[in-house]
Amino acid sequence: MSELLNFHFVVDGTNFTAAGNASGQLKKNLRQLNLAPETIRRASIAMYEGEINMVIHAGGGEADVNITEKEIEIILTDNGPGISDISKAMQEGYSTAPENIRSLGFGAGMGLPNMKRYSDQMTIESELGKGTKITMKINI
Amino acid sequence: MKVTEIAEILNAQIVCETESDSLEVDSAFASDMMSDVLAYVNDRSVLLTGLLNVQAIRTAEMMDMPCVVLVRGKTPTGEMIELAKERGIVLITTELRMYEACGRLFAKGLPARRDSK
Ligand SMILES: Nc1ncnc2c1ncn2[C@@H]1O[C@H](COP(=O)(O)OP(=O)(O)OP(=O)(O)O)[C@@H](O)[C@H]1O
Ligand SMILES: [Mg+2]
Repeated sequence: MSELLNFHFVVDGTNFTAAGNASGQLKKNLRQLNLAPETIRRASIAMYEGEINMVIHAGGGEADVNITEKEIEIILTDNGPGISDISKAMQEGYSTAPENIRSLGFGAGMGLPNMKRYSDQMTIESELGKGTKITMKINI
Repeated sequence: MKVTEIAEILNAQIVCETESDSLEVDSAFASDMMSDVLAYVNDRSVLLTGLLNVQAIRTAEMMDMPCVVLVRGKTPTGEMIELAKERGIVLITTELRMYEACGRLFAKGLPARRDSK
């Protein structure tokens, strides 16, 4: 199947205020494609959770979004510390975020489960000390 | 419930408006944790929060929430106002604390969820 559109975003890991800029831009782009509002909402939330995770846990990263007639594919790649126990990280309420992150409104351990809930398919590849790659697919 | 009605009930000040003053919400959600907003809200809700950073507006934008209420008399940052304007989100501030703000809206019939009237 031919790819119709690709977007590439660099996510700055040093600026918490800018976290979400990529997701905001993606949401604008998806709106212009006239996709169903619920599809846009699901993709936006999944992307935003992933973007925030890269900022607070991995020192930033990159996002690639590929859109075909059938699906939105979001690939998040970072060179952060990696996730030591993925099944634990997928549990609601599990978080290693420090206290200062909680005072910024995050770190409840809800992000990864939420990303799974809002995508039709999600895979996590992670290596300790190397980084993490998360691929999410949302059917259109 | 109309956003203008919410502002009235909360004695609130509208920091940033949108074109349509007929903007309506179905329900309300209150939290300082954006993680929880992202995980729990699934309809057109107003967000009541004491969180004073731009992620409160970002979260509303991602969730398609049309209005954010800052409680406890918080003054929004320039970045919050800018983003709210840009994305057409109504931003209002009230002197009320979280408990009273929620209580007033609930008493006037704004439910926690659209279908739980
Ligand atoms: N990109 C990443 N790199 C390294 N660790 C990660 C990454 N994403 C998630 N994690 C780990 O997985 C845990 C769970 O992530 P999850 O998004 O569910 O919760 P959280 O980010 O801690 O809090 P919340 O998402 O509710 O704000 C994190 O606390 C962190 O330890
Ligand atoms: Mg997270």
